[in-house]
Amino acid sequence: MLKIENISKTFNKSTINEKKVLNNLSLLLNKGDFVTVIGSNGAGKSTLLNTISGMYIPDEGHIYLDNKDISKLKEFQRAKFIGRVFQDPLMGTAADMLIEENLALANRRGKNRTLSIGINKKERIIFQEKLKSLNLGLEDRLSEKVGVLSGGQRQALTLLMATIQEPQILLLDEHTAALDPATAKKVLSITENLVQKNNLTTLMITHNMQDAIDYGNRLIMMDKGKIILDISGENKNKLTKFELINKFNQLTENTLENDNILLSR
Amino acid sequence: MITLTNLLSRLPGGTAQGLIYGIMAIGIYISYKVLYISDLTADGSFATGGAISVMLIVSGMHPAISLFLAFLAGMLIGTVTGLLHTKGKIEAILAGILVQFGLYSVNLRLLKGSANVSCNPDRFALLISMRDIPQALLIVFLIAALLVVSLYWYFGTEQGCAVRATGCNQRMAIAQSINTDQAKIIGLALSNGIIALAGGLMSQFQGFADVNMGRGSVVIGLAAIIIGEMIEKILFRNHRSFYIRLTAVFFGGIVYYIIMTVILWLRVNSNDLKLFTALIVALLLILGNKNQGEKNA
Repeated sequence: MLKIENISKTFNKSTINEKKVLNNLSLLLNKGDFVTVIGSNGAGKSTLLNTISGMYIPDEGHIYLDNKDISKLKEFQRAKFIGRVFQDPLMGTAADMLIEENLALANRRGKNRTLSIGINKKERIIFQEKLKSLNLGLEDRLSEKVGVLSGGQRQALTLLMATIQEPQILLLDEHTAALDPATAKKVLSITENLVQKNNLTTLMITHNMQDAIDYGNRLIMMDKGKIILDISGENKNKLTKFELINKFNQLTENTLENDNILLSR
Repeated sequence: MITLTNLLSRLPGGTAQGLIYGIMAIGIYISYKVLYISDLTADGSFATGGAISVMLIVSGMHPAISLFLAFLAGMLIGTVTGLLHTKGKIEAILAGILVQFGLYSVNLRLLKGSANVSCNPDRFALLISMRDIPQALLIVFLIAALLVVSLYWYFGTEQGCAVRATGCNQRMAIAQSINTDQAKIIGLALSNGIIALAGGLMSQFQGFADVNMGRGSVVIGLAAIIIGEMIEKILFRNHRSFYIRLTAVFFGGIVYYIIMTVILWLRVNSNDLKLFTALIVALLLILGNKNQGEKNA
């Protein structure tokens, strides 16, 4: 499904701030894989997702989606195949546009934007049904501006927008980190529902070890721009938070106290 | 003598000019409030519209067709600004300033080297003229109405929605596979097309095109937008829509012009007018931002 081949990315090349964020990283995702991604700050998790989405162009290496080399495609071109939810709830939706307008924009992801009407009656009915399944009471608020919604509602809406045109891969970059615990849980369960219902290939970054264990069928740990642990299936199901933290300490020779705190949060 | 009759007798002419500035303000609205780009091309494209319209009329073209070509020329100018901004990665403000600066020479060329060229209504058939203000009011008003309706339609289409989304949240637009560079170019082209159309109307109305006629367009447009937003806030508290917004901006241009007429009527030295305009617009912007703050709080 998604094949990443030896990608490297260095920021601020040949300056004093040079930082190798992705270091010859390779990864193969199978159709339907739901992969959680953990790692300390600066491990390269977000850069990995942003390189897949095309926000960054890797210095070396290739990215294939369904055997198609997408390395040279621009970000908006790749968005045809990729659904994304960002950490910042404000980032994934247009606040000044209506809920239905946001959904209609998402419903045309990957299609030509023509001079035909931007939103039609049939769509409204579909949107209403989809919103109803979120269970947030948004189905009666189609013609309200997204700006009036809460952070959790906006993330749920963004999730719906990312999946309304089935993406070949769904990228979630700590999409619940800015939410309070109860809301985060709700958004995560919506995430799981949508992923399972559509059998979506998914990469989800999280800072929460327990979530990383509880969700998905595969878990990867990153450090210094590399994947240092890749567990799936039965082995992942048996994993405990304690074991995961131990593994982290073993694999990343010198663990900073700081990381421990972050990871066990 | 300052008399009320004096003021009133000035108003219809002012109103007609105000209507034309209202059309221009709609153009500025697209870059400033739909795309959230501060585009300063307007001062140049307004004059280009005027120059093209007058030169074509003088060479025997129908005034309405000359306006259409002025509109197309404005779109071309907006495309240039858009390309400099998106493909050339030049800051939008700077791209606009560059184009506007360069247009001065282009406009002089269009006017065959003279600073202004007249098209006397006695000799040429004009669409609107100061000679017949009621007719001018009617025609400008009709054009404005047509414009508002077309823009309402356009910004409801798939493409128009993509342009709006680009202005509203570029990251979101990209994530929804919108070509934001293209959207910005389309928006800037449309904006400057409308501004050039207004320039063409103005040159016919006053009976000449002047290489400096666009000076201050951006400022006037901003003033009209803010006044329009105030009108909207007062009159349509709970029924805001894109229709009403555009109409309000249009009327903002008229109100602005009436304010200016009043200031002139008060015998303010016309040399000081630009300073007064700048002060008024700054004041309006401050007031507008204050309201914004309250809304968000």
